Amino acid sequence: MALSDLLTLTPAGLYCPQADVYIDPVRSVPRALITHGHSDHARAGHGAVLATPETLAIMALRYGEAFCDARQPVAYGEVVGLSGLEVSFHPAGHVLGSAQIRLRGPYGCVVISGDYKRAYDPTCAPFEVLRCDAFVTEATFGLPVFRHPDARGEVARLIASCRLFPERAHLVGAYALGKAQRVMKLLREAGWDRPIWIHGALEKITHFYQQQGTDLGAIEKVTAAERAERAGDIIICPPGQLNDLWSRKFPDPVTAFASGWMRVRARARQRGVELPLVISDHVDWDDLCATIVETGASEIWVTHGAEDAIVHWCRARGLDAQPLHMIGYGDDESEAAAEVTDA
Amino acid sequence: MNAFAQLLDALAYEPSRNNKLRLLKDYFSRMPDPERGYGLAAMTGALSFTHAKPAVIRALIAERTDPVLFEMSYDYVGDLSETVALMWPAPRQERRNVAAPTLSEVVHGLHEADKHSLPALLASWLDDLDETGRWALLKLITGGLRIGVSARLAKTAVAGLGALAPNEIEEVWHGLIPPYLDLFAWVEGREAKPMARHPAPFRTPMLAHALVETECARLDPAEFVAEWKWDGIRVQAVTGTSAEGARVLRLYSRTGEDISASFPDLVAMLADEHFGDVAVDGELLILREGRVEPFSVLQQRLNRKTVSAKHVAQFPAHMRAYDLLSENGEDLRALPFVQRRERLEAFVARVAHPKLDLSQRVSFTTWEDLAAARRDPACAGAGVDAEAIEGVMMKRADSIYVPGRPKGLWYKWKRDPFNIDAVLMYAQRGHGKRSSFYSDYTFGVWRGEELVPVGKAYFGFTDEELKKLDKYVRNHTRNRFGPVRELDFSREQGLVLEVAFEGLNRSTRHKSGVAMRFPRVARIRWDKPARDADQLATLEALLDAPSRTATKAQPLPEKM
Ligand SMILES: [Zn+2]
Ligand SMILES: [Zn+2]
Repeated sequence: MALSDLLTLTPAGLYCPQADVYIDPVRSVPRALITHGHSDHARAGHGAVLATPETLAIMALRYGEAFCDARQPVAYGEVVGLSGLEVSFHPAGHVLGSAQIRLRGPYGCVVISGDYKRAYDPTCAPFEVLRCDAFVTEATFGLPVFRHPDARGEVARLIASCRLFPERAHLVGAYALGKAQRVMKLLREAGWDRPIWIHGALEKITHFYQQQGTDLGAIEKVTAAERAERAGDIIICPPGQLNDLWSRKFPDPVTAFASGWMRVRARARQRGVELPLVISDHVDWDDLCATIVETGASEIWVTHGAEDAIVHWCRARGLDAQPLHMIGYGDDESEAAAEVTDA
Repeated sequence: MNAFAQLLDALAYEPSRNNKLRLLKDYFSRMPDPERGYGLAAMTGALSFTHAKPAVIRALIAERTDPVLFEMSYDYVGDLSETVALMWPAPRQERRNVAAPTLSEVVHGLHEADKHSLPALLASWLDDLDETGRWALLKLITGGLRIGVSARLAKTAVAGLGALAPNEIEEVWHGLIPPYLDLFAWVEGREAKPMARHPAPFRTPMLAHALVETECARLDPAEFVAEWKWDGIRVQAVTGTSAEGARVLRLYSRTGEDISASFPDLVAMLADEHFGDVAVDGELLILREGRVEPFSVLQQRLNRKTVSAKHVAQFPAHMRAYDLLSENGEDLRALPFVQRRERLEAFVARVAHPKLDLSQRVSFTTWEDLAAARRDPACAGAGVDAEAIEGVMMKRADSIYVPGRPKGLWYKWKRDPFNIDAVLMYAQRGHGKRSSFYSDYTFGVWRGEELVPVGKAYFGFTDEELKKLDKYVRNHTRNRFGPVRELDFSREQGLVLEVAFEGLNRSTRHKSGVAMRFPRVARIRWDKPARDADQLATLEALLDAPSRTATKAQPLPEKM
């Protein structure tokens, strides 16, 4: 069995001919399987959409209830039959509702990772290793320089900075879906008990996380008029707001940015960040390599990110690896751009 | 070492001086001895060990990583130390159970290591540190540690642990050695001041304010003494005797940098037995056949990296004494100026060395007299040396010697008021044959803690200087905005340009509120710290000064 029998690459994205479905398509298609709610993976305008209930809810929040013609929620682990194939969704540990998609037919099994991580995240179900013949993986941080530290240590640095500069506001840039809530929850676990303030663009998704049972403590929307009063507070906002006029009304703001990209100094500096927090919702190099080994797959397709390095690594281990050079999937940066308009 | 690395990392990202100071103070108050002392030593450049060559690091990483992956990573990150720090295949932080090496261990280890033992030692440290710790270690051992913090700021933070002024630290500094246990004990009030065990310590110089001419009306000429303001470099010559009885001779710059090695001819003078143990404040000049050469000649001597005998003979250095700060163990700084002057005169007469003379007094009764002398120094006693005179200094006869720039005691009254010291802020490529050079410079002056741009200059420098400026710009870029480079300027670092201009207008277009006419670079002040550049108030005073047009008469001589 070859991976290409189950899955091929088309301009609209990954396509399964036997079941006639696309996975995370970048164009409107009749039938789509969606891994998670980030805007580069979950687009509006498809015919039928299969996804986890959380992902469907997030899409409805972002695009309105009419984001597709028909939706079918599929719980983690539930198996759906599609033209003789077994399709199932399994936790990817990326954001709330994020899933890997497994396609199993008589000749073999393919797992499409979507975006995923293995690191600690109390706001979503942890990644599950799925044995498969072929593994389709992301490689956003697919270079050996990306080895993310424990996010709890990064949050501890944020709190230490708040203690050192109590007269300043700490603005934390974080993607609206997933990263923002993970930072909030980690702050709570670290004992931060003041209200956490948020930019309006984060309100809907954060509220959704709370409805789904994530206890984030007191979350308050910061109003334009009260910005000057936020000394000593942590304010979470979309990354694009950090260098915006909006941020200047806060008392001598410390600009922090929670992203895996902050690992590289030149990138942090480029963004004018003063407190880079290396917190990523994607696998780092070590976990990427480990996951590939644990799946037992002999064939690896790399969808997006730094594909060349991981393809080289796989081939050096005798694995059959292909870079797909898929376009239309951002690293998180394009996700950030999409979310500013989300307010 | 991880804590020190985190501090360095935070300092590198923090733009504000005050906040850097807070980070430093936090570190010094949190860290125990001797760790913090070695941190201070690293930041003040007081650590010495043989640096590791990048080849050593490349070899270590090559043993541990795939060369293709390394090249891809290096290409992406763009910095060797950072790439290795991030890629180093160490066990994950949370799974590591050995304690990371402290900075003290690293400093001692490096001290004892030789070429053969260094790689293995380095590898074991890299295994035990986190990413930031590895980055700082690699920067430290390759000599590439650029902290964005001056020695001065680090000392200011230490002073802040107690209630000391930074100058108090400066004065004992030259006698101290890492890890500075006695310094911290003194600052924290646990022990007495470490006695200046350095036999020839630096003393923070007293500086003058620029005179605003309208102020003259309030000042009584009878209370002041005047001298020429010489266009050389301010120096402090200090002699002393060590506990072992050896003579210690030092020549310091105005910032306390030991420049003895560059002026063997002056150090030879200090060895004269008549000197005794003294601290003399004065101006370093080039004198040929009794005549003071202009600054451009002095600069030819300053520009040399190594000092040859021929060079010394060609550009003989001379010291013109302004003040005597200490003599044979007696601190004279609390005496009024006129009494110090008497002691200075006696001292210079006793030494009677051809390379040392007194700064002459300029006699005057009224401010008009002094203004006339300032306009035409040649006719007021300076003779052929007039070209090396920048203006006059006015010192209150009763002024004690106060380190720093105290108000109301000393004034400098420059010959050409349309000359300011500004900090280079932005640079842009030129046009035509200069299109490959950064030759358009935007400069600014201080408004409180902040630099505000006040003008742009395109000429006034030689081709040779342009090359140096271009190199400076490329090596000190903080940000790029299209064709414009923003330079790394702060109170602690930056390049001072002496800018000459024809006039000054009010402007609503400029943030500073002033606009210069025909500004040009009169001189590049490689020697001057950015924090000593002029204040915006100095320019504003020029705007308001009614006598402005009257004093404008003399165009500045083109320096080069
Ligand atoms: Zn995603
Ligand atoms: Zn993605």
